[in-house]
Amino acid sequence: MSWQNPYELTHRAAAVRGVTVAVFAVLVLAFFRVQVLGSDRYEVQSRENRLRPVSLPAPRGLLTDRDGVVLADNVPGYSIALLASSVDSLLVKLDRLAPLLPLDSAQLAAILRRYRSAPTEPVVVLRDAPFEVVSALEEQRAWNPGLVIQSDPKRRYPFADVTAHLVGYVGEVTEVELQTQAYRGARHGTLVGRDGLEQVYEDLLRGRDGVKFAEVDALGRTVREASEVEVLQPEPGQTVRSTIDIDLQRYIAGMFPAGRRGAVVAMEPTSGEVLALYSAPSYDPNAFIGGYDPDAWERLSTSEEFPLFNRATQARYAPASPWKLAVAAMALERGVATMDSKMAMPCDGGMRYYNRYFRCWRTEGHGQLTLFEAIQHSCDVYFYQLGLTLGLTNLLHDAVALGFRERSGIDLPNEYAPQFPPSTEYYNRLYGPRGWTNAVTLNLSIGQGENAQTLINMMLFYSMLANRRGAAPRPHLVEERRGEIRAMGLGEPELGGLREALVAVVNRGTAAGAQIADLHIAGKTGTAQNPQGPDHGWFIAFAPVEEPRVVVGAIIEFAEHGSSVAPLVTRIIARHLLGPDAVPRGPIRSLEMPADSAPDPVPILPDTSLLRGGTTGPR
Amino acid sequence: MVGRPGLDKPLVGVTGLLLALGLLTLYSAGQTDFPSPVAEIWKRQLVWLGLGTAAAVLAFRVSPRILEWATPFFYGVALLLLVLVLFFGVGTGTAAGANSWLTVGGLRVGQPAEPAKLATILMLARHYSTRREPPTTLGELVPALVIVGIPFLLVGLQPDLGSAMVFLGILFVLLYWAGVKPHLLLLLTSPLISLLLAFSTVSWGAWIVVLTLVLLWVRPYVLEGLVIWLTNVAMGVIALELWERLAPYQQNRLLSFLNPEVDPRATGWHIIQSKVAIGSGGIFGKGFTQGTQKRLAFLPEQHTDFIFSVVGEELGFVGVLITLGLCVALLLVLLRIARRASDPYSSMVTVGIGGVLITHVVVNVGMTVGLMPIVGIPLPFFSYGGSFLITCLVAIGLALRVAWESRRSGYLEITGEFRRL
Repeated sequence: MSWQNPYELTHRAAAVRGVTVAVFAVLVLAFFRVQVLGSDRYEVQSRENRLRPVSLPAPRGLLTDRDGVVLADNVPGYSIALLASSVDSLLVKLDRLAPLLPLDSAQLAAILRRYRSAPTEPVVVLRDAPFEVVSALEEQRAWNPGLVIQSDPKRRYPFADVTAHLVGYVGEVTEVELQTQAYRGARHGTLVGRDGLEQVYEDLLRGRDGVKFAEVDALGRTVREASEVEVLQPEPGQTVRSTIDIDLQRYIAGMFPAGRRGAVVAMEPTSGEVLALYSAPSYDPNAFIGGYDPDAWERLSTSEEFPLFNRATQARYAPASPWKLAVAAMALERGVATMDSKMAMPCDGGMRYYNRYFRCWRTEGHGQLTLFEAIQHSCDVYFYQLGLTLGLTNLLHDAVALGFRERSGIDLPNEYAPQFPPSTEYYNRLYGPRGWTNAVTLNLSIGQGENAQTLINMMLFYSMLANRRGAAPRPHLVEERRGEIRAMGLGEPELGGLREALVAVVNRGTAAGAQIADLHIAGKTGTAQNPQGPDHGWFIAFAPVEEPRVVVGAIIEFAEHGSSVAPLVTRIIARHLLGPDAVPRGPIRSLEMPADSAPDPVPILPDTSLLRGGTTGPR
Repeated sequence: MVGRPGLDKPLVGVTGLLLALGLLTLYSAGQTDFPSPVAEIWKRQLVWLGLGTAAAVLAFRVSPRILEWATPFFYGVALLLLVLVLFFGVGTGTAAGANSWLTVGGLRVGQPAEPAKLATILMLARHYSTRREPPTTLGELVPALVIVGIPFLLVGLQPDLGSAMVFLGILFVLLYWAGVKPHLLLLLTSPLISLLLAFSTVSWGAWIVVLTLVLLWVRPYVLEGLVIWLTNVAMGVIALELWERLAPYQQNRLLSFLNPEVDPRATGWHIIQSKVAIGSGGIFGKGFTQGTQKRLAFLPEQHTDFIFSVVGEELGFVGVLITLGLCVALLLVLLRIARRASDPYSSMVTVGIGGVLITHVVVNVGMTVGLMPIVGIPLPFFSYGGSFLITCLVAIGLALRVAWESRRSGYLEITGEFRRL
């Protein structure tokens, strides 16, 4: 039969029609599977293809002083970032931007490192870009695919170096920190607190970043802001109100002798609120914002003067004469002396103990003194004997109990713990069991020897002296840690006696001449032996004695002795209690007063050995 | 019922709709967020459409008799061009790996493989129109194999795997239409199946057993049976050798057809992005010109090989159904014309045209959704390309003439009663 037979043709046509319909049915099924059944999955994939998250940095919370004056705020800033699909493409894009954004090799390496850790996010090329660069780039956006110019609020510290050690500064979070729980919610490029309150209250200050989506094409070119995805607005951080009195802080910074190093702290003894805390030399934290200058950082971190170092909480000094009050308190508490007790030997300018001669700072001697007078005149010979009466074991035990081995607990980062021997075991280990004599007691009795205290910890002790019942809360700048109170076991009569003696110091004793108006100021001078140069001067005082409302302490390195520090402190007290008009104007005259501590051979501090590795800086 | 001569309205209508939809899709393919040269391409396609329509009118004017007479000439010219392109061809555009373009003085004038498909159909139709009895032995199939084999090899040498596949499609459709029994076609295909199965020794062994049983049942001439069997064995042996001779991009295409995730950034990219485009279109699509995959350049070759993905993304499953429905309608109309053709030659030509179109549509559309390997052949009436559009329109012109002829000669539909005679 011919193949052209119509019947045959019809038959085959039917078969061909069947096959055709079947083949297309298979195609339709395949499309049904992809478009109807798998649509959701592919829709997600299509979004992932083209939408890139761009985070909206949350502005950090404000830091204010006790009256709401802003210590750290945000000003508008822009950062320039790039979205790139590969390292090569990133390099090409950077190259294209080179005329506007010249980069050196170190910056380039940092950018590449950031890119590799999060290739799908825009990599920040320049933080805090100058306005001219931003506007120039904005014009060129069409030719620079992947360019993301994002609002990036910039941190500003209006009081600059006045509050540097208080507020600290911010820096970009590091790779290691991102892995930790503490920095959850931070992402690459987030600025986190690096020192001061910025660091301690990081959790409160850091807000929650928002996110928006940019639509990009296959080559990573940004087309537009994606409109169909809801923008998650950033949540700004909380405002943190500190206890600082910025007016007092500025006054202190202004009054601090120029060119000197040291620290001043003012706090309320009853509440533990720190009113001012100043460490000199200071630095301008604004310099660290928006890609700090490596040279500037290098200068700051290696400077002889260690400006990054907070001398109120991180420097340890021999406590010198202010320590005598601790010894007196221990003696009173143990009942081995009263305010009227006299010692066996009168002061004739020194005291022989076995084969060594321990001198008093006053070579002509003080004569026979009561404890009250010994405090007033800071007599070393009296305290040598008081220490011996107390006994080394008791002295060590009681000092530890009073908290002289503990950090004050202030809410500032990296506070140094004071150094003090925990027990006589310490000397056995240091010198060998027979290698030392009871003479160490004499050194310890006048605040020399193996004893190094921070200013803030000494302040806490003087707060206890100032307060009723001899107890004081931990010093703090923002939050009181409830129940954390340090106390000594003295009754009101003994405390009153000690306070009276301290008043006598200011009115008639070693700090005579520092008293102002009719303020009843109680205070104690001190001279810490410094084998490296001139002695360091101490002065810690509180007022008014009847109802102490402020404790102010200062240490000035190489100040020769505390008497020159005293007028500074009393002026600060007067300024705080009586207002600006009550304070004498003009420069502080250094009072002609003798050093009130005996020379001591043991070289002590300030301890800066941990500085290089210990402080942190922007990275 | 005697039909009046005139244009076959269904054919003109379906073709017109497909052309309109194709042109719109091509316009949309150019609408990207970052301007690309594709944006203006629909205007060029419009020029090709004009030329193609003129060519179709010309084809319609040519009597099938003259065409049949001149067929060897066309075939010869087509082969000559294919040979020339082997020596002077360049690869460009979507087919950069294959030297498929003929250039004259540095100017690209066309891809000879496209008209060669039509010429091969004409030649094969002429061959069978002179034979009344269908081939029953493999020996009788040899002339047909030669007619298709020469252009198949020439195109395969370019190397253009996709177009070569189309020639096989033509061969099988026409042989079936010429009355060749299915089991013979199966034996003819067996070496190819053997080649594909050779990658797994077990499946290949099973296939040889099945083939042996089929041979024992069909009982061809002993010599032919032996040749088939030995060819199958030989194919299994040289399969690996052939595989290694493939260009790496061809190997990758076949591999990523099996698993696109093998190389999602490079070879698998096309198929993954095409499926994402189609899948994200959903039922109603993202809207005309609104496809994000296309707009943002995730979809590759959106104006040629993957133009159907644009349809899928922007018009959704509904658009796909409409387009595929039009394609089926076109094929069924061509089948009707072929069945009613007034002479064997015209019938064969029309079926051959249907064969070319269905191969293109199925391979191209199947490729976009991952059913077919990426072989890069255009979608008729949609993909941008002058040679192919003109070829398709000439083919439609020829089919219209066939329909016209059969109406003029008074075609009678065979009714049930007639069949019983």
